[in-house]
Amino acid sequence: MKFRSLALAAAIASVGLSAAVVSPSAHAQAKEQFFPVLVYRTGAYGPNGTPWANGYVDYLKLVNAKGGINGVKISFEECEFAYATDRGVECYERLKGKGATVFQPLSTGVTFALTEKAPVDKIPLVTAGYGRSESQNGAVFDWNFPLLGTYWVGADVAIQHLGKQYGGLDKLKGKKIALVYHDSPYGKEPIPLLQERAKMHGFTLQLLPVAHPGVEQKATWLQIRRERPDNVLLWGWGVMNSTSLKEAQATGYPREKMLGIWWAGAEPDVKDVGMGAKGYSAITLQHGAEPNSKVVKDMLAMVHAKGQGTGPKDEVGSVLYMRGLISAMVAVEGVRKAQERYGKGKVMTGEQTRWGLENLNLDDKALADLGFAGVLRPIQTSCTDHMGSPWARIHTWDGAKWNFSSDWYQADQKVLRPMVMSASTRYAEEKKITPRTPEQCKQ
Amino acid sequence: MGFFVETLIGGLMAGMLYSLVALGFVLIFKASGVFNFAQGAMVLFAALAMARFSEWANIVLGGDSLFLANLIAFLGAGVVMFIVAWIIERLVLRNLVNQEGATLLMATLGIAYVLEGVGQTIFGGQIYTIDVGMPKDPVIMFESLFEGGIMINKEDFIAALIAAVLVGVLTLFFQKTPTGRALRAVADDHQAAQSIGIPLNRTWVIVWCVAGIVALVAGIIWGSKLGVQFSLATVALRALPVVILGGLTSVPGAIIGGLIIGVGEKLSEVYLGPYVGGGIEIWFAYALALVFLLFRPQGLFGEKIINRV
Repeated sequence: MKFRSLALAAAIASVGLSAAVVSPSAHAQAKEQFFPVLVYRTGAYGPNGTPWANGYVDYLKLVNAKGGINGVKISFEECEFAYATDRGVECYERLKGKGATVFQPLSTGVTFALTEKAPVDKIPLVTAGYGRSESQNGAVFDWNFPLLGTYWVGADVAIQHLGKQYGGLDKLKGKKIALVYHDSPYGKEPIPLLQERAKMHGFTLQLLPVAHPGVEQKATWLQIRRERPDNVLLWGWGVMNSTSLKEAQATGYPREKMLGIWWAGAEPDVKDVGMGAKGYSAITLQHGAEPNSKVVKDMLAMVHAKGQGTGPKDEVGSVLYMRGLISAMVAVEGVRKAQERYGKGKVMTGEQTRWGLENLNLDDKALADLGFAGVLRPIQTSCTDHMGSPWARIHTWDGAKWNFSSDWYQADQKVLRPMVMSASTRYAEEKKITPRTPEQCKQ
Repeated sequence: MGFFVETLIGGLMAGMLYSLVALGFVLIFKASGVFNFAQGAMVLFAALAMARFSEWANIVLGGDSLFLANLIAFLGAGVVMFIVAWIIERLVLRNLVNQEGATLLMATLGIAYVLEGVGQTIFGGQIYTIDVGMPKDPVIMFESLFEGGIMINKEDFIAALIAAVLVGVLTLFFQKTPTGRALRAVADDHQAAQSIGIPLNRTWVIVWCVAGIVALVAGIIWGSKLGVQFSLATVALRALPVVILGGLTSVPGAIIGGLIIGVGEKLSEVYLGPYVGGGIEIWFAYALALVFLLFRPQGLFGEKIINRV
């Protein structure tokens, strides 16, 4: 009897204790906008994932330092998944119940896995510069937001740029272009658009997959030496990029003829190669390294100067740091926009944030106010366009730093739109989704 | 024909680099009967130590002598690998004498995780450079014999030479020195070796230390090629089919196995890859090793497995 009483008392005490422990976090959830942060600071892709994560988290800190989103402070929690799709999904499952505002997995594989979960859990999936290209069509992909650009935008701009270098797209006829790509959903994403463009302009497309993580590419580059393509498009990630550049040097392939996607155009990709990568160019997701931008100056003054910076100070403003920072900014602005409709100074749900992301309108003035003047072009989303901006430019590595080397390119909607519509319609049929009508879009 | 020869040579040189990592597996298995899953992590750890010591030495020396900075870094990294070997023996192996092979294998898995984590914590998780002056540009030879000539990667060629010298030295060490013979005796039977006065603990420290030095050389070569970063730990996966094929107890087997795997994967990727969508070289190496396992479970040069009843 005595034992039962003791056990009962212990049980009551533990329930009380756990309530006391849980309460503050539940309380915090009610007052704070919670951002789950899926990161990979470890593993084969850690050197690229870390600056992105630092930029993302730093921006959330900067918003808090400026008073939050109309007074609503941001809370966040990192979950390390080492770029492994299964672990990424695990992180999603763990964090979604904590009042997640948006998820940004920085992995096309995880994006594919979460695309069917997001509508069920009603949490938007922001994939700035990656993910499924057809998810631009928000009428089918209500919860996906490939903001700022998809891989089809990247591939389209790549072909436009090569065409311009040869004196016109018609001059691509008879040319040979090789795509060296990461053998994963990410690397395969540009293939349909490149095949479409190859048909349109009469160039030959050679596909050369590289197995994860991409440290062994000798056979790939021997094939390039044999085929001697006029240009090589590099669609790599992490160590694969620097290995490609080193193999290009080792096989004597001119780096000036190589063009990478934005995930193959950051400092970790070329720093180790140094002068060996001189002349190599990459498409940018609008921005490059932006050490002189206002947002970077604010970051240094309001976060790093107070000892609250997440990573090293000299990383602030680098390409991938900026990518993380911009990814956080668009999510925060989605919340701010949602507050305009659902109540300023209130915590937004995933569903409300989805509306905000779908009605983003960041014009030049808004971007300048946020400190992004000269970094980004205006972003305007809608029900049928969850991307918001189809622009990109090229930057080139001079052996020590990236410099912009082209004017702006706009992805050709005459090429992109039919592909987006066709692929998204196919997806809708397969998954039995009824696309939203224009009337439903207005709601 | 020229392209075939070029692919063949490229495969042979890549194979020599795999052999370097495979050597670490063979050394420890040969001397202690442990399949050391931590070999890749040791390569990463050694390369990280080398890269950071070289960087720091270069700053201290004012950037005057890269050679001196690298020499200091090599010695420093060698000492670090000795300390690692000593700690492994003290904390792990000493407590597992006469345990099952599977237990020791699991212990090395744990060592791998610890080394990867501690290495990146101490030395940092970014990409670091090892510059030992390896030439990066190719040389074209036999232009009169083959159209376009045969391209030789000078860096791979030098690396292959270093690997060959290392193999020669290790073979002599195992066959001709008393320590080498003691290592082989320990591998055969821990208790029997102890009973004839071979100090087990010291022997294990020696072999892990030698494997550490091999990992350091492999780390310098691979690090110079790829940059020093986490992916270096995964090169061990490239060496697994090599040891399966060559045999876990044979130093020459590691070399021949490496050459076969290197050539096999390059030729398969170039000539079979286009028919199956490419990207086959990694699994092709394992498929090749599996085929060998069917006919010779002990590998090409491994000791024959005799079970007495």
